[in-house]
Amino acid sequence: MKPVSYVNPRTLKEAAAAHGGRPEARYLGGGTNLVDLMKLGVERPDVLVDITRLSLDAIEEQADGSLRVGATARNSDLATHPAVKERYPMLAQALLSGASGQLRNMATTAGNLLQRTRCGYFQDLSRPCNKRVPGSGCGAIEGVNREHAVLGHSSHCVATHPSDLAVALAALDALVELVGPGGVRTVPLTEFYLLPQDRPDLETVMRPGELVTAVLLLAPPAGSVSRYRKARDRAGYTFALASVAAVVRLERGAVRHVTVAFGGLAHRPWRARRTEAALLGTSPTPETIERAVEAELADAVPLRHNAYKVELARGLAHEVLSTLTTRPGTP
Amino acid sequence: MEARNGRSAHGTGRTARGARHAVTESRVTLRVNDTEHRVELEHSATLLEVLREALGLTDSQKGCDDGRCGACTVLLDGRRVNSCLLLAVAQEGREIVTVEGLVAAAHAEDDRHPLRPAAEERDVLRCAYCAPEQHRPAAEAPTAGDSAQPSVVTEIDLPTDAPVRLTADEVRDRLSGHLCRCGAYPNRADTGLDVVV
Ligand SMILES: Cc1cc2nc3c(=O)[nH]c(=O)nc-3n(C[C@H](O)[C@H](O)[C@H](O)COP(=O)(O)OP(=O)(O)OC[C@H]3O[C@@H](n4cnc5c(N)ncnc54)[C@H](O)[C@@H]3O)c2cc1C
Ligand code: SF4
Ligand code: FES
Ligand code: FES
Repeated sequence: MKPVSYVNPRTLKEAAAAHGGRPEARYLGGGTNLVDLMKLGVERPDVLVDITRLSLDAIEEQADGSLRVGATARNSDLATHPAVKERYPMLAQALLSGASGQLRNMATTAGNLLQRTRCGYFQDLSRPCNKRVPGSGCGAIEGVNREHAVLGHSSHCVATHPSDLAVALAALDALVELVGPGGVRTVPLTEFYLLPQDRPDLETVMRPGELVTAVLLLAPPAGSVSRYRKARDRAGYTFALASVAAVVRLERGAVRHVTVAFGGLAHRPWRARRTEAALLGTSPTPETIERAVEAELADAVPLRHNAYKVELARGLAHEVLSTLTTRPGTP
Repeated sequence: MEARNGRSAHGTGRTARGARHAVTESRVTLRVNDTEHRVELEHSATLLEVLREALGLTDSQKGCDDGRCGACTVLLDGRRVNSCLLLAVAQEGREIVTVEGLVAAAHAEDDRHPLRPAAEERDVLRCAYCAPEQHRPAAEAPTAGDSAQPSVVTEIDLPTDAPVRLTADEVRDRLSGHLCRCGAYPNRADTGLDVVV
């Protein structure tokens, strides 16, 4: 690993000063992704700004019924927080379906959202990769792309975003709070990530030096139910091939609120707005659910090795939406 | 106790000034198994490397070195973590317990964890490379650290304060952070169940 400076600030101001918005500076959360990529030589920071002692780890219920999740709250603490288990069980399902007990004890909320793609070409310095070295080409497009994107990809990059948490947060309409040289701002999670287009090295709307300080969860719609379902190569300890997060509220059998997000299919969590529009106001049947899911997945453009993902996502979405719309206990 | 991981240190590197002077090594105090160690280390050194190479605590194994196998698991402030992905310099002030520490604690109490006889009874191990760490989640499950955490196989609609029921699936999911190249999983999970159910 390349030699690196280490800074351990106690205030946001010190952290920002140590980072300075320089491209070679990195904030260090749990380190489970950054340290791994430093070993591989994919990340070569000259300074690490440790943000785990900034007291950004609180998970707090706000007066307005929302939940404020600090950027360095560990994945295991978030998954087991009483408010999460009670009001956002789908979020706990997503977190607990990811990684292992050890990794969840280390991984932070912001680090999870900002983890890099697991594309094997991105991680291998001997291969071309536009995300790692802009303009060098993409090894995956004509290579082994079983785990890559079927939606929103470009001729420059077909990588997927690996986070389960991000998919759940997309369906929950969460907000990301950022602090930077320009002050504090919040960005909806659904607008936080970029599609690859011709600059796959740009992954989020974050500006140089900006720090994620929290994720904000609005109070869930009263009477809503939610679910996260993930398909992977083995039952534990591995990334999603495809996943679905959904929140539904029924009123006398009709859908009054619905959000659906896919994971494992694109460069960012993929909100299925067409599925949502097709379901809203209807009393769902297996046929209408199928048509609603199809409305979104009709746009999928599979690569050589990943056509199975479309079928997989279809099945997952069908199962999740059927379960949520037939669930007892909703008026 | 003094130790170093091979190179000499120049300064503390833990202030904002460090960035400007490109200090890449530090002297830190690590608290491991109830003992304080003064260690000179490169900032890029992982906790696993420092435990094994500087402190001679070699029960934590380097298997994959990228978070996938669990052979490097230690307890950090009471919770299990992969020491191969932690930078040692960032662990100052935290409580680290390795397998050596757990064994010493058990001996001090003249205590044989019930997993030991259960594992012997079932003849669980093959090469035993993964053994120290594999024992841990099962040993911990009923009591320690993250025991209150349900796994993904647990019905999530459980009342918030209800204890997690350690079913076979639950024990298996807890073991999933530990790979065993000999594939001794079925007996391993059964051993866990022997003692927790
Ligand atoms: C074997 C294995 C299996 C895994 N399986 C899964 C899985 O199934 N599902 C899943 O979702 N994940 C999985 N993961 C990934 C894991 O969840 C992530 O590595 C982890 O969440 C990253 O969090 P961290 O705090 O360790 O991030 P770090 O490694 O500390 O940081 C990641 C990136 O975010 C930046 N960063 C961190 N915090 C901030 C902040 N507050 N503001 C600005 N930038 C910041 C860092 O500079 C870095 O670029 C797996 C990982 C491994 C090793
Ligand atoms: S898919 Fe994206 S990350 Fe993977 S090699 Fe191509 S450009 Fe790089
Ligand atoms: S050596 Fe740390 S998880 Fe394999
Ligand atoms: S018994 Fe050989 S690695 Fe587990």
